[in-house]
Amino acid sequence: MIEQFTSVVFLTGFLASMIRMATPIVIVALGEMVTERSGIMNLGIEGIVWIGAFAGFATTILTGSYIWGFLVGGIVGILFGLIMSVVAVEFHGHQIVAGLGIWILCNGLSGLLNRSIFGISTERPTIVATLPTIPIPGLSNIPIIGETLFNQNIIVYLTILAVPLINFFFKEISWGLNIDAVGEQPRAADAAGLRVGVIRTLSACFGGFLAGIGGAYLPLALYSIYTNDISTGLGWMAIVVLVFGKWRPWGILGGALIFGAANALKWRLQNTDLPLPYQITLMLPYLVTLVMVIFFVRGGSGPSALAKPFVRSEN
Amino acid sequence: MIERIQNLLHSDQMGKWVRPFFTQVLIVLLAFVLGGFVILGIGADPIAAYAALIKSAFGNVNSIAETLVKACPLLLAGLAITLAFRAEFWNIGAEGQLYMGGVLAAVVGIYFTGLPPAVHIPLALIAGVLGGAIAGFIPVILKAKLRVNEVITTLMLNYIIILFTSYLDQGPMSDPIIKAGISRRLLETSWIPIMIKGTRFHWGIPLALLITILIAFLLSKTMLGFQIRAVGENARAARVAGVSINKTIIWTMILSGALAGLAGGIEISGVQHRLIERFSPGYGFLAIAVALVGRLSPIGVIFSSVLFAALIAGADTMQRVAGVPIPVVYLIEGLVIIFASIRSIRIRSPFRRKVTA
Repeated sequence: MIEQFTSVVFLTGFLASMIRMATPIVIVALGEMVTERSGIMNLGIEGIVWIGAFAGFATTILTGSYIWGFLVGGIVGILFGLIMSVVAVEFHGHQIVAGLGIWILCNGLSGLLNRSIFGISTERPTIVATLPTIPIPGLSNIPIIGETLFNQNIIVYLTILAVPLINFFFKEISWGLNIDAVGEQPRAADAAGLRVGVIRTLSACFGGFLAGIGGAYLPLALYSIYTNDISTGLGWMAIVVLVFGKWRPWGILGGALIFGAANALKWRLQNTDLPLPYQITLMLPYLVTLVMVIFFVRGGSGPSALAKPFVRSEN
Repeated sequence: MIERIQNLLHSDQMGKWVRPFFTQVLIVLLAFVLGGFVILGIGADPIAAYAALIKSAFGNVNSIAETLVKACPLLLAGLAITLAFRAEFWNIGAEGQLYMGGVLAAVVGIYFTGLPPAVHIPLALIAGVLGGAIAGFIPVILKAKLRVNEVITTLMLNYIIILFTSYLDQGPMSDPIIKAGISRRLLETSWIPIMIKGTRFHWGIPLALLITILIAFLLSKTMLGFQIRAVGENARAARVAGVSINKTIIWTMILSGALAGLAGGIEISGVQHRLIERFSPGYGFLAIAVALVGRLSPIGVIFSSVLFAALIAGADTMQRVAGVPIPVVYLIEGLVIIFASIRSIRIRSPFRRKVTA
């Protein structure tokens, strides 16, 4: 039985699948990072992942185009990011409660649309093929690493590129610095002439956009079907990864790889002859989440003005 | 006459009860109106859908009884959320706590043999309370001792406990004949008796009402209730006044989990009589909306639990008669929660902007 886990074939397959599974978590967590660093906490991203998954799936079925699928998934995500920011910025609403509301709203909406568009027949539509992999010439032939890193789909490559890019954006570009200013010291930022509300709204929309893209990734690149439990807590894992990564892109990447490994192991364990009930293997990512929050994500400081509404003083 | 109405509108009673009541009614109406537009969007008739909903939830004695049967777990879980949210402890785990209560109640109901009903029923319910309390204790002790975020832990426990229930139902507790994610039947000595013959209206429902009154008393008249409110409204001031925040949230969550667990226990021993995989249609999640619409007040929760119970009781009919899929329930629930998050609506006027010096 041990040979099953030590063979090169198993290892290669496992590592490649870990990267593929970690990708949507990185995408969603990077989006939430931008939102939270501007001072808005959007706990609704789990829901946005669902609705993004559905929108991406339905669009790709109807148009046959992956690009449209991802784009529509992202646009729907923007819409819900916008709802969150309106509640937070315009109405000074309670952000934890509003986030839960968006989660449940999206949950209902995607279930409703799924049923009314595709019906309840057992012959559910499937996407003919998941997003194709693009082997990078030369590099993809290296044993183990080649298959893991250089024979993936386009979204995986873009995500790996996005991590240093977003890091650079927050360190060197004035827009990134403005987002941090608004999230850390909104009053000072306001006095310095930054428009706190506008920056927060745009950040929340960007976060929604990435959550929608991350959702669309699930049916388009991983499963080729849409089910009403497709997300299996991806948005919540992204939030854990964000806190674990201390609101920094490289930290997020590291945390997401742990979840990628748990998810990859989940599927692989089911195909081995270990005498484990399937419920236990399905539990794995949630247990990993629990262990991670208990041991690594305590307290978590985060942006100083996180989830606090900004009200201009009236004096 | 007009003068009297005006006087009433400005009286203290108005500010305390009437205005908040109408705000909540407005929130719910608004959610239903928006939900109606979505129903229109998928090509169904919202008026027909809502008419079917009301008719099947309140049409006759049996349907009213069915609605109240569903209101019972919502009321208890809604109280669970109310207590936790009052102390600003974001317990999203009522669903898992409810399942844990159901599991332990089922264990007592199935495996404890030879007991008279007078012992067996309370024992099953106490087991439910215990299961919920344990499931509620884990996240709060992690929060109090290690400052672990409770939203994540309560949520992950939901997933884990629901999968655990499914494992029990397909493995050790599965019915040897049916074998379809369902446990053996509970012994009849552990069933909560029916109160209204010919319906499923059981004695657990008045019990839940009694508990609601006790919780209302606890919140407004006891030391713990005062501490819960103090911690929730202003933690720093509470600490200065000598209230131990950790102690308060720990007791709050033990109680909160216990209430959700009792909801699960009553559901199993009063209604289902078996431990069924996914036996709750999301009572623990709906309870969040129930608590918020009830303005986190036990008496308010009574009304809102009936409202949401009607929504799930009528959802099946709405799907069958008006072609509106069941998930519309969650759509409306989500809208209600989002509206409830906006405590004070203050639309910024461009004319009132002041330049800070």
